[in-house]
Amino acid sequence: MRLNIRHTSRYQFDAPVYYGLQQLRKTPKTTQQQTIVSWETHITGGQKELSYHDHHNNVVELVSFDRDATDVTIESNGTVEVHETHGVLGPHRGFAPLWLYLRATPLTRAGPLCKNLIKDINEATPLARLHALSTSILDAAKYEIGTSHPGWTAEDVLTHGVGVCQDHAHVFIACAREMRIPARYVSGYLMLDDRVDQDASHAWAEAFVPDLGWVGFDISNGISPDIRYVRVATGLDYPEAAPITGTRLGGTGESLSVQIMVAQQ
Amino acid sequence: MENGDILNEMWHADGSARQPYKDFQSWFEGEDLSRLRAKQREAEDIFRLTGITFNVYGRAQAEEKIIPFDIVPRILSGREWQKLSRGIEQRVRAINAFLYDIYHRQEIIRSGRVPKEMISKNAAFLPAMIGVDPPGGVYTHIVGIDLVRTGEDQFYVLEDNARTPSGVSYMLENRETMLQMFPELFARNRVQAVQNYPRDLWRSLAASAPSVSNATPTVAVLTPGIYNSAYFEHAFLADQMGVELVEGHDLRIVDGRVAMRTTRGYHPIDVLYRRVDDDFLDPLNFNPESTLGVPGIMDVYRAGGITIANAPGTGIADDKAIYSYMPEIVEFYTGEKAILENVPTWRCSDSDSLAYVLDNLNDLVVKEVHGSGGYGMLIGPTATKKDIALFRKKLQARPGNYIAQPTLSLSTVPVFTRAGLAPRHVDLRPFVLVSPNSVNITPGGLTRVALKKGSLVVNSSQGGGTKDTWVLED
Repeated sequence: MRLNIRHTSRYQFDAPVYYGLQQLRKTPKTTQQQTIVSWETHITGGQKELSYHDHHNNVVELVSFDRDATDVTIESNGTVEVHETHGVLGPHRGFAPLWLYLRATPLTRAGPLCKNLIKDINEATPLARLHALSTSILDAAKYEIGTSHPGWTAEDVLTHGVGVCQDHAHVFIACAREMRIPARYVSGYLMLDDRVDQDASHAWAEAFVPDLGWVGFDISNGISPDIRYVRVATGLDYPEAAPITGTRLGGTGESLSVQIMVAQQ
Repeated sequence: MENGDILNEMWHADGSARQPYKDFQSWFEGEDLSRLRAKQREAEDIFRLTGITFNVYGRAQAEEKIIPFDIVPRILSGREWQKLSRGIEQRVRAINAFLYDIYHRQEIIRSGRVPKEMISKNAAFLPAMIGVDPPGGVYTHIVGIDLVRTGEDQFYVLEDNARTPSGVSYMLENRETMLQMFPELFARNRVQAVQNYPRDLWRSLAASAPSVSNATPTVAVLTPGIYNSAYFEHAFLADQMGVELVEGHDLRIVDGRVAMRTTRGYHPIDVLYRRVDDDFLDPLNFNPESTLGVPGIMDVYRAGGITIANAPGTGIADDKAIYSYMPEIVEFYTGEKAILENVPTWRCSDSDSLAYVLDNLNDLVVKEVHGSGGYGMLIGPTATKKDIALFRKKLQARPGNYIAQPTLSLSTVPVFTRAGLAPRHVDLRPFVLVSPNSVNITPGGLTRVALKKGSLVVNSSQGGGTKDTWVLED
């Protein structure tokens, strides 16, 4: 399936930005699951300084704001051909050792609630255990928009019993690592069948399963990624895979509007 | 009198001078002690005037102090130095090969020579360096190797300083001061020069410039600012090299490079000799609270737009737990046995070692794995019962945080006291410059001396002093 994607983030400020930088992880790469037909990122109110591949093999672009900018727009758009792999990405690539994906981060530290969640998971194979984990997370924290907060840890999510895709992914990652299975966060896009305008970019998790390699789990939807999913960036948790991370001097009164369109070509 | 097992570097047991000190001894015998006392005071005045001071952390008032300087030089023969420098070069090459490997294929872990946990559970391992190729493959542009001597031919490496070793300004000022005060001594001894260090440092840094750099690279020194204990040294080295001394707020990202503000606009920096720790280097990529760093510098580094010296993430090579694997590390990458010996080290993370250490606390030195500057260590033989009890608790609570070593019989060199010459324990920190095409070791280095009789702690923060270090032309 061929998907057209357009992702626009517009930042407006009451007071001008004296100096600001943004790190973008918004460029998908060709993998076993997807072929990038075309992809571009346009910036108004700022300029692209450089780009490189980080240790998760993400394409990172560094953008600076124009001096005294009050209106900055970052727009990515492109076309991606997605292949059906039943969620399997395959072998681990790059220099990052697999044990890196067993390291807890502040957002993915397994506390008593995560440990409690995995104590009854005893399926025979790692793959079956991961599917069981995904199901029990959705039982323990139902999908609910507007309650959770981007700074919530995996334990916070289980404490409140609700969350969005980012929260589910964090709980999954924390628990998988606690089960000694390497796991990582994935940010990307999901085409919802009934609409073109999406509410938000999507997030899911990948775990490393012997013999299969990396396998995706969309906990919020209870499935593995299929041909409606475009994988953009990965990391140990959300901050490492976030589409945009920034720092600035000045620029108070920020308002952000995000528009995401995903449509079948 | 001191114990007969301890090497006195100036005198043989029969009172005759050891070879390297023969000239010095005959000069000293002809000197009037009161003139030398005046010289000792003069030396202190010179240091105060030049402003060579340091701060001591953890004091209520972080007052500026002068590190005591002793006028008796520490003298090594050319032959002694040759063996040392071969060992140092071998070790420094191995450290750079190890760093490249650890941030790429990790062959040494695959081979089983270093256990995976030593890296995977090590806070000094910096994931952001994975797969990064620093210009010329150099990670540690500046290294300080701390050595102690226990016999005629017996030197041990006490620790490697692969992050931001300090003290080189003392090496230079000590020599400058001695040249001013005792020119006659340098006329009768052929002492190898150390004064080219700033020029060599600049050349070495310039040779490590990224490929985007112009023919004459722009080098700058990044300091955390005047409140840092080594600020004097940062300013001194920038001045001696003739390059800018900058702070984080002087720099920003311009056209994909790290650029410094000048009177004629922003000018790109090719090589940044940074004296800011990794964690504070880049608030966009590391500690967001840091105001000392440059947001985005790590992005520029990863895109090949700047050389950071030393490279981020080098701490994994000088960590005290990794130190215990250095003989294996040297052998793995050089194919040769390590020329310089390691001090036998017990890793307290290992339960048998921990049991041994707890049973022998009275005889051992216990150090924190990530500690430096002589802070947070226990010296068993001189510790109080209370200190030993405290360390026993610490060790039991966090064994992986500690290593232990035997107390070594460090060699002594005389210091000049009111009563004449008296032996005191010393160590030696030679300074090494690494560039893509050379390893350059300044002959000598910084000799630190424990000024208290019998003390083994030479750190300036703990009341140690320094000496000029001579390597003679043979």
